[in-house]
Amino acid sequence: MNRATRIAALAALVVLLIVMPWIGVPIPPLFSEAMSAPGSLNLLALCFVFGALALSYDIIFGFAGLLSFGHALYFAAGVYVTAIALTHWHCTLLQAMGITIVVALILPLVIGAVCLRVRDIQFAMVTLAFAQAGSILVMQNPFGLTGGEEGLALGPSALPAALVGVANTRNIYWIALAFLVLTCAIGVWSVNSAAGRVWQAIRENERRVAVIGLNPYLYKLGAFVLSSFLASMAGVVYMVVEGSASPDVTTASFTLVLLVMVVLGGVGTLWGAVLGGIVYEYLDFRLVVLANASGLQSLPAFLRVPLSEPLFILGVLFIILVLFVPGGLAGAVRRLNPASLSSSGSH
Amino acid sequence: MSTVVLLLLTGLGLGALYFLIASGLSLIWGLMRVLNFAHGALFTVAAYVAWSAVQPLANGDPLVAWLVGLVVAIVTGGVCGMLLEVFLIRPLYARPIGQILVTVGVALAAVALIEGAYGSDPKQMILPPWMSASTHILGADLPNTRLLLIAVALAVLAALLMFLRRTRYGLVIRAGVENRAMVSALGINVERAFTVVFTIGGIAAGLAGYLAGTYFGYVDPTRGTSMLIFAFIVVVIGGLGSVTGSAIAAAVVAIVQQFLNFYAAPGVGDFSVVILLAAALLLRPRSGESA
Repeated sequence: MNRATRIAALAALVVLLIVMPWIGVPIPPLFSEAMSAPGSLNLLALCFVFGALALSYDIIFGFAGLLSFGHALYFAAGVYVTAIALTHWHCTLLQAMGITIVVALILPLVIGAVCLRVRDIQFAMVTLAFAQAGSILVMQNPFGLTGGEEGLALGPSALPAALVGVANTRNIYWIALAFLVLTCAIGVWSVNSAAGRVWQAIRENERRVAVIGLNPYLYKLGAFVLSSFLASMAGVVYMVVEGSASPDVTTASFTLVLLVMVVLGGVGTLWGAVLGGIVYEYLDFRLVVLANASGLQSLPAFLRVPLSEPLFILGVLFIILVLFVPGGLAGAVRRLNPASLSSSGSH
Repeated sequence: MSTVVLLLLTGLGLGALYFLIASGLSLIWGLMRVLNFAHGALFTVAAYVAWSAVQPLANGDPLVAWLVGLVVAIVTGGVCGMLLEVFLIRPLYARPIGQILVTVGVALAAVALIEGAYGSDPKQMILPPWMSASTHILGADLPNTRLLLIAVALAVLAALLMFLRRTRYGLVIRAGVENRAMVSALGINVERAFTVVFTIGGIAAGLAGYLAGTYFGYVDPTRGTSMLIFAFIVVVIGGLGSVTGSAIAAAVVAIVQQFLNFYAAPGVGDFSVVILLAAALLLRPRSGESA
């Protein structure tokens, strides 16, 4: 496909997704209800959020080559700062977003400045440690702000009326879709910018970038802040979609899940990461439904128990992918369709 | 005074657990440059398999049941560690990131499987009466399990050091930690040493999983993952690849954690350990590369 066809196809897809809430067609067995039903729209909105989140992780891991184990921290910061501003400080959604944006810029700037003084696996460990500190902080419920293990639920008046209630699910769906499109645009623009090319050069050979006379530290910090900022914004949208904040999103396991999403889709390709995030979230959600299906319940225990654990299926799928399909979904598509080799990918 | 003694010895007991997990991680990292996220899964799987194995013995002598469980946990941990290396790590020798990712997949899948099979509620361990009792030391009533853990950790430390210093495999492993390429170039089969190291790590993790069950009185599916993070911190502070370093760091980390959790506020200790790690890394940023 040449560039024009691809852009046209992409635009058609976006238009299709925009009008989705008016299309009542069911797509069994992919979705249990019609596409316009609130349940389907809510699932799609969650998929979009995780697609955007996976893209933000791919910027730092796939393009700048920095293996961070603390990405959950920035997503959780977006979720919790918004939730706290809405529930405890009684801000409007716009004010809460303003506060979150400030935090989402300062937090990764400070932590990134510290973590990037070490590299490789030590970088992974320090980021993991900071994320763990964030997780402990949330669980300790300081000043009763985070709700500890219980998390925070938004009251009925915390969000604008247009975002509350089952009937308004389509508004939330459009917000999530708009956020995904915007994040994709920022992602494509950033990795193709001059700085984005330096990130990829650092991934390949950091010393050489330094010899050329550029300061890798500043470029890495830029990638870290951008990626973390986008993750925090994904957290804000997630908060609006879910209507509550749960400490699950702060855990190290959540970062590992993000890693699974990006690797599932294909490290170092933006569309692959988005696809990975969407497919993972979809499977995670649908496999729970599948687990309760009557056909599965009648199986013997040694088959039923593993099959009713989504994380087990996804974990095994992930291991198989890492072993046999190194490029993830994006790599598999590229191998099946060698003609697109020259034009596909984001480099 | 009695509180200080209690905190100190309880801290050492916790440190013993950290050390058992960290020693395997540290050896694996030192020799193979693999960050083994599946280590927490080995810990959990071994503890649960051992718990299942001793259930039929519940009406007999609890000491016999406990000892049977201990052996089962050690064997399970070792076998799982070996299988993990042979089937999942070995095909990825050329792809370091792939090795880490595979262990991440194992960690997620194994813990999910345990949760599916046993549920997420804690399971009570069968303990001999001695382990539920406590001993009076310097005015403090210290639970006996803490003493047991400290003794086991010291024994494992001694055994590991003996193995590394006195045996041929130990020599290969120590040389491999120093310079893996040179060891291969001398015609020594480093890959077999990789399997040995993973098996030892699995045994230590299995032991840690069972003893953690003894320490807390029950086994639960998420303990392994949360302990793993502190073990990572211990490994980094102690110096990657150094068993003695891990032992010292485990004691320091656990004691700091216990004291601050008690005297400041619950959670402050956990938090300060993270700060300790950041400080350790930033004050000597080159340590890991030469270890």
